Amino acid sequence: MSIDQHREYVLRSVEERGVRLVRLWFTDVLGNLKSLAISPAELDNALTDGMTFDGSSIDGFSRVQEADVLAIPDPDTFEIVPWGDRKEPEARVFCDIHNLDGTPFAGDPRQVLRRHMKAAHEMGLTFYVAPDIEFFYFEPLVPGEAPVPIDQGGFFDLTTNDVTGELRKRTIRTLEQMGIPVEYSFHEDAPGQQEIDLRHTDALTMADSVMTFRLAVREIAARNGAHATFMPKPLEGVQGSGMHVHLSLFEGDNNAFFDADDSYNLSAKAKAFMAGLLRHAPEITAVTNQTVNSYKRLVPGFEAPVHLSWARNNRSGLIRVPIAKNDNPLATRLEYRSPDPACNPYLAFSLMLAAGMKGIEEGYILPDEADANLFEIGDEVLEQLGIGQLPTSLAAALETMERSTLVREALGEHIYEWFLRSKRIEWRDYKTHVSAFERDRYLTSL
Amino acid sequence: MLLVFPDPAPPELARTLDLGGSSWKAVSSTADAGAHEPDLGWAGTIVDATTDPEGAWAFLRAIRKQADEHLPVIVLIGGAQLTELEHRHDLFDEFCLSPFHPSELEARLQHLLSGDAAVVSSDMVEYGALTLNLETYQASIANKPLDMTYMEYELLKFLAQNPGKVFTREILLSRVWGYEYYGGARTVDVHVRRLRAKLGEEHAALIQTVRSVGYRFGESRWES
Repeated sequence: MSIDQHREYVLRSVEERGVRLVRLWFTDVLGNLKSLAISPAELDNALTDGMTFDGSSIDGFSRVQEADVLAIPDPDTFEIVPWGDRKEPEARVFCDIHNLDGTPFAGDPRQVLRRHMKAAHEMGLTFYVAPDIEFFYFEPLVPGEAPVPIDQGGFFDLTTNDVTGELRKRTIRTLEQMGIPVEYSFHEDAPGQQEIDLRHTDALTMADSVMTFRLAVREIAARNGAHATFMPKPLEGVQGSGMHVHLSLFEGDNNAFFDADDSYNLSAKAKAFMAGLLRHAPEITAVTNQTVNSYKRLVPGFEAPVHLSWARNNRSGLIRVPIAKNDNPLATRLEYRSPDPACNPYLAFSLMLAAGMKGIEEGYILPDEADANLFEIGDEVLEQLGIGQLPTSLAAALETMERSTLVREALGEHIYEWFLRSKRIEWRDYKTHVSAFERDRYLTSL
Repeated sequence: MLLVFPDPAPPELARTLDLGGSSWKAVSSTADAGAHEPDLGWAGTIVDATTDPEGAWAFLRAIRKQADEHLPVIVLIGGAQLTELEHRHDLFDEFCLSPFHPSELEARLQHLLSGDAAVVSSDMVEYGALTLNLETYQASIANKPLDMTYMEYELLKFLAQNPGKVFTREILLSRVWGYEYYGGARTVDVHVRRLRAKLGEEHAALIQTVRSVGYRFGESRWES
């Protein structure tokens, strides 16, 4: 397919559908969605030459002396936005960011993932992911007051006055209209908590989908008088929101993770990939769990992983190997359970792929399955078994990342440096904050 | 005007075409074919695969990838080459054993050109409640516009232009996407899933899954 036909299709659609505004979307290093709105008249030019903008205004983008960068729309991501005004339609298109000389811009997370997908492709492999995304619905927020969950439902609950069910239904309809296929959705364990599971696509398409997903969920909630959040642990005492990611590698039509002769139905590639993920998990955690708040989810007792282990049916481990329905070879996959939905999906998927591929390249040996409930085993026993833990705070995760050549190479110097610097500042701000916990505990007793 | 490969054309083929009153041009590459293409486009292609089979198939593959519209193709093969046709069904519409009988080749050629012309030149593809306007790239289902990405549109167009035919994932990937796409063969499943969602529950069955083969648009040609 030539790029000209892509372009013509987009331009013609804008004309035929009377699109009034085209939003050029891209993502900053921390995973925030950024948008540059242009009029349809400028679109032809944007598709051909890109749109120049001042990158230094975006966090993690260029330094001041090399400020200008170029946003080049990826025409296959052109979609009419379904939640806008039907009479004045808007469209969006994802962009790749380039330097003015046309080379990929090192500060663009989408370019980082694109580079990893291409490298895998050159080895004949395609990386597929399917995330299970959890989030909370709250009543409209009142400044200074605790957030109120929109319902008191529990796991899989179907409540009579099903506000959340209706919200979820509208959200799913919108996602499907934007080409994001939903596999399941249900009420999660905590009050107001929802889960929507997406059907697998290649990782680049999925990273785009996660960005669209987060906006669509928030947008539809806001239009229906609710507040949606992807904060990893918004409420104390109930489980937080994770983003379990199902991973597989395909060689053409065949699942490279499947081996009918293995007792786990896992190929040697799958085992080495898993070993790579387990070994490098602590190094990539600052990216998969990038906020101070993320580490309040990764504690024992709330269905979140803590230990660097794998198992088939044990949900206390970091990686689960789900039993494929009807022994379907295509469904063999790994479920990486630590990430949360506040991460930058482009960088998180890049690092999962890099960690796994490292395992394959170096032929890492997979440790034994840990099928006991690890939360009930003492730390000394775990140490004897050689089962380590994920970093327990953002500071610890950053220290581990700082020592990682894998992460440095996978992200590229530009993003690696900037990410560490920015997150160090976040940690310093947190460290100097005096919390209600401390005042409640110490103010009168000490 | 007929496109003939390779250049020079085999003498027997040249004579048959001349005697049949066809206008034709022999070329040795797709670049050649592009350079000599008449304003109205090539009416069809005759490719002789008996002397250089590798070159002939490569030429057809390139032609299929470049052509905007379906170009009717007839391929000449030797009796010992019949197995080469396997897995290449997307590259030709008709074949003729060589050495050929001139009147047989003429008849096949006539059949090929008359059959396809009507379908190819139309700007509208209609099937049940689905309408595709190839001129404006707009599609609608039950008179409601369908919003699609370009690749979703291309896939639906390809399927709707070939109703009742079963396509494997590889064929769809090579015909709709081209070989370079790094999304892999599962990409076809992803796009079919999206198209079905956009067509809506009522019309999702327009794209049928043919177990362990691939996909088919509309009803099978062999079932009522």
